[in-house]
Amino acid sequence: MADETPKPEELIAKINHRPAFEDWMQVPVEIRKGMYCYASNPKSVEYVGLPNPRQWNPLDEDWKLPENWKEILFEGFRERLEKFRTFKVFMDICVRCGACADKCHFFIGTGDPKNMPVLRAELLRSVYRHDFTKAGRILGKIAGARPMTFEVLKEWWYYLFQCTECRRCSVFCPYGIDTAEITIMGRELLNLLGLNIDWIATPVANCYRTGNHLGIQPHAFVDMIDFFCDDIEEITGIRPEPQFNKKGADILFITPSGDVFADPGTYTCMGYLMLFHYLKEKYGFDITWSTYASEGGNFGFFTSHEMMKRLNSKMYMEAKRLGVKWILGGECGHMWRVINQYMDTMNGPADFLEEPVSPITGTRFENARSTKMVHIAEFTADLIKHGKLELDPSRNDNLRVTFHDSCNPSRGMGLLEEPRYVIKKVCNHFYEMPANTIREQTFCCGSGAGLNAGEDMELRMAGGLPRANAVKYVHEKHGVNMLACICAIDRAALPTSMQYWVPEVDVTGVHELVGNALILPGETERTTDLRGEDLPGMEEEADE
Amino acid sequence: MNLDKLLREKKRDIVDRWFNAVMDTYASDTAVIFKSQKDRFANPVGITIREGLSAIFEGLLEGRAAEQSASLLDPLIRIRAVQKFTPSQATGFIFLLKKIIRDTLHRKPDNGQVAPLLRFEDRIDALALTAFDIYMECKEKIYDLKVSQERNSIYRAFKRAGLITEVAEGEPDLNVH
Amino acid sequence: MNVKYMYSLLAVVALLLIAWIGVAIGLKVVFGVIFPYLAVIIFIAGFAYRVMGWARSAVPFAIPTTCGQQKSLPWIKPNAVDNPFSKSGVVARMALEILLFRSLFRNTRMKLHQGPKLAYNLEIFLWVGALAFHWAFFTVIVRHLRLFLNPVPMPIQLLENVDSFFRLEILYDSFKMALPGVYMSGLVLLLAVTYLLLRRLFIPTVRYISQAADYFPLFLIFGIALTGILMRYFFKVDIVSTKELTMGLVTFHPTVPDGVSTIFFIHLFFVCTLLAYFPFSKLMHLGGIFLSPTRNLPADTRARRHVNPWNYPVPVHTYEEYEDEFRDKMIEAGLPVERMPEETPEEQTDTDEKE
Repeated sequence: MADETPKPEELIAKINHRPAFEDWMQVPVEIRKGMYCYASNPKSVEYVGLPNPRQWNPLDEDWKLPENWKEILFEGFRERLEKFRTFKVFMDICVRCGACADKCHFFIGTGDPKNMPVLRAELLRSVYRHDFTKAGRILGKIAGARPMTFEVLKEWWYYLFQCTECRRCSVFCPYGIDTAEITIMGRELLNLLGLNIDWIATPVANCYRTGNHLGIQPHAFVDMIDFFCDDIEEITGIRPEPQFNKKGADILFITPSGDVFADPGTYTCMGYLMLFHYLKEKYGFDITWSTYASEGGNFGFFTSHEMMKRLNSKMYMEAKRLGVKWILGGECGHMWRVINQYMDTMNGPADFLEEPVSPITGTRFENARSTKMVHIAEFTADLIKHGKLELDPSRNDNLRVTFHDSCNPSRGMGLLEEPRYVIKKVCNHFYEMPANTIREQTFCCGSGAGLNAGEDMELRMAGGLPRANAVKYVHEKHGVNMLACICAIDRAALPTSMQYWVPEVDVTGVHELVGNALILPGETERTTDLRGEDLPGMEEEADE
Repeated sequence: MNLDKLLREKKRDIVDRWFNAVMDTYASDTAVIFKSQKDRFANPVGITIREGLSAIFEGLLEGRAAEQSASLLDPLIRIRAVQKFTPSQATGFIFLLKKIIRDTLHRKPDNGQVAPLLRFEDRIDALALTAFDIYMECKEKIYDLKVSQERNSIYRAFKRAGLITEVAEGEPDLNVH
Repeated sequence: MNVKYMYSLLAVVALLLIAWIGVAIGLKVVFGVIFPYLAVIIFIAGFAYRVMGWARSAVPFAIPTTCGQQKSLPWIKPNAVDNPFSKSGVVARMALEILLFRSLFRNTRMKLHQGPKLAYNLEIFLWVGALAFHWAFFTVIVRHLRLFLNPVPMPIQLLENVDSFFRLEILYDSFKMALPGVYMSGLVLLLAVTYLLLRRLFIPTVRYISQAADYFPLFLIFGIALTGILMRYFFKVDIVSTKELTMGLVTFHPTVPDGVSTIFFIHLFFVCTLLAYFPFSKLMHLGGIFLSPTRNLPADTRARRHVNPWNYPVPVHTYEEYEDEFRDKMIEAGLPVERMPEETPEEQTDTDEKE
């Protein structure tokens, strides 16, 4: 026992042991590499006229804030308490029962207590109590109140950009307190000081200017889709002829630009093109793409309500300009939360459009009679139900598919059965993940709400663990090798997450599966799927 | 009683203590959830570590080569590589087993088995080195993903479409306005 | 030692001492008449103020959390309660939420069929504990109406009989004589509040997120339940004079009869404190749950337009501005344009996008 050299376990114990603070307010914030996204590019901030554009670095001690930043925050806070009942009620009624504590994918993955939804909200509540309640002002820390300081601001920034606004905690909260809403308000406040991340700010500026997040100009957009048509022709012998910016078309189609510009969303895009072509040949379907409204996603939603409205306005403006009857929307997550819960309120009423009716089946989409925008999963499910599509699901027989419910369509809409119905009709092998990881309890991909950058990879991987863990389970149990989803951010983020956690599983959009199964009129016999991989049973022929 | 037999007898207790020691590397309030939540989908970290440690210990008892234990070690290290740990913290939990085993032996009357113990500890050391290899692999993968995610998705699609040069030229310049 | 819970405990002990000393030095009118009236006024005014404060804030967007299948195609069965399309669905959702704590129960659902281990069930205790606590509290309050109504209405009599059915189970005559009917609700309340308190003290995660404001009401309610039970079963307060006091309060002819014991004043002072504290605390979740926009709105936003009272025009990037910037490239790519370049030699490239 009198050994002078410390035993290795003692050394490690010293390094390893975390100080147990009784009070989370005492834990200083440490902005850690791999867990945060780079600060916004001043050019992007300036382009859309948001406050305080400047070069800044979250690791610096000086964030170049405006002189009166505390006053700006206070006023902003006050204004939002009046404008949003959600915010005010959620600031007041939390009883800290702890039901949400272990529901957040970031908490589950990182183990950082401040990622418990209740604490994320308490970051704001503590300041709210100090600034807006008497008890907080008088009793201070005893009442859980603290004044706004630079340290608190850093904490806000760090943790509000570690929330993907997925709303899973809200499902379990007895009062429906929605951390997404609190994060949205918090980020709005941070934006008043110019504290955004670039992965959000630059897509916003691009989208405002060019119509899509990547800043793709109209000719490149058309070239890209042309190229998909080349590919489809090569695979099927049939060349779709999509229409762009066509006035007088029946329907306007809007999908996230990720489907046009990023793998594997591009294959989903090919699926849309094939479906539209099929419907055009068989039933005279008349749909147009738009280069102006070429983005379904809306990173303005991750900036402020105002920015969301500014970007979203293009959908109705373009529908009006083109004189279409209604709008069809592609597979995207937060895009659909915006369309479902915000668009009509912000930029409606869309009285220049007609109540959506499927020109092929005659189905009246009564659930979309005011917003006049239909989800493509609803549209395709209806087509299949009415037997309007000729399908060969065996062309997806090389795939053992599971379905990841994207956060927003499940918890901000309830689009659960439609995509499942479509998948089951176009695939023969479908397996569900465990019940507490799908539908309204689905786990986020870990990269939503503008966090799918490269520099925050550790955060994304940790946050993606709960989802990947469930995928791994069905991979091991059922041999699942394909993760289907209806969200462009999922299609961008999940492949990365899968490469780290379950490399045997790839990611697809639902309409890629539709494209594979759909038998186009007059097509040649296919030997490969849309990715150019040999179809099951075609391997030998391909070798010849 | 020979060492292996003793350790096998005490396996449950040793693995429990090892698990608790690893959990102590997390914030105390977090550790409680990681320890108590038994649903593997609600608690991937806790369950993966618990099951992993048990399997790894079994491997040590069987005298399996460290490389063979790598597949058991991988899920644990993969998780700790993205959490708030330094490299030594992320992998050092292997050494905690030494102390637990020594403590276990101290409580036994015939603890004069130095040679078998040292042999067992050598296996633990080898395992720790393997853990570091895996840790580096995970980190490299992370860096690789950081760099390649855009190339893999966006630029690959552009390249397929033959647009890659055009885009470089027509890169949106926000200064225009 | 956790200062947060210590402060709360000390505050409740202080309240006890204040009442005790107050009564001892003859301030019975203050504690028996003035404080109750004050507390009720503060409670009613404060509650109304808080609810009106929330109601004053706008509901710009309808953002229910959808926890089930939406209503879409006729052949897909919607979940009318967890994703309510109609008003009646919202009512059902709110009723389940308020009466049965539906969301809290969701916490436990999947664990029930996963095995008999105790660890799984820790979470169900939160739901059971919360449910027991709130329902017992509600029963106790209703039962106390007998002190404010003369004659005591039938339903309250009935509730009392049901609540105290344990009396009928006791076989020994002497024992039955010694103890009046044991009210289940009081005991359940005491047990539930103890559980909720222990949970906060001993589950580190919950302790970490707890504030003094979380402990204080629990200690206070513990004090109320304990003094209530002591009064009924052990100190045997004079029911007649107590009811005289309470009836005096409610008929606005306040009197403080002689027979009222100190423990009753302590009990009453705790209740007054709770009432006065209520509107300024998290206890307002009682009112807030009715106003929570993620639960009390129908998920029909695509079918019926929700109106934002402060919706204001925002700067947008119009198609014309877009075409002006990219017209040449659009023409080159074969895209239709609104205006050909030669028609407008003076391009509007310097138009301000921000309007």
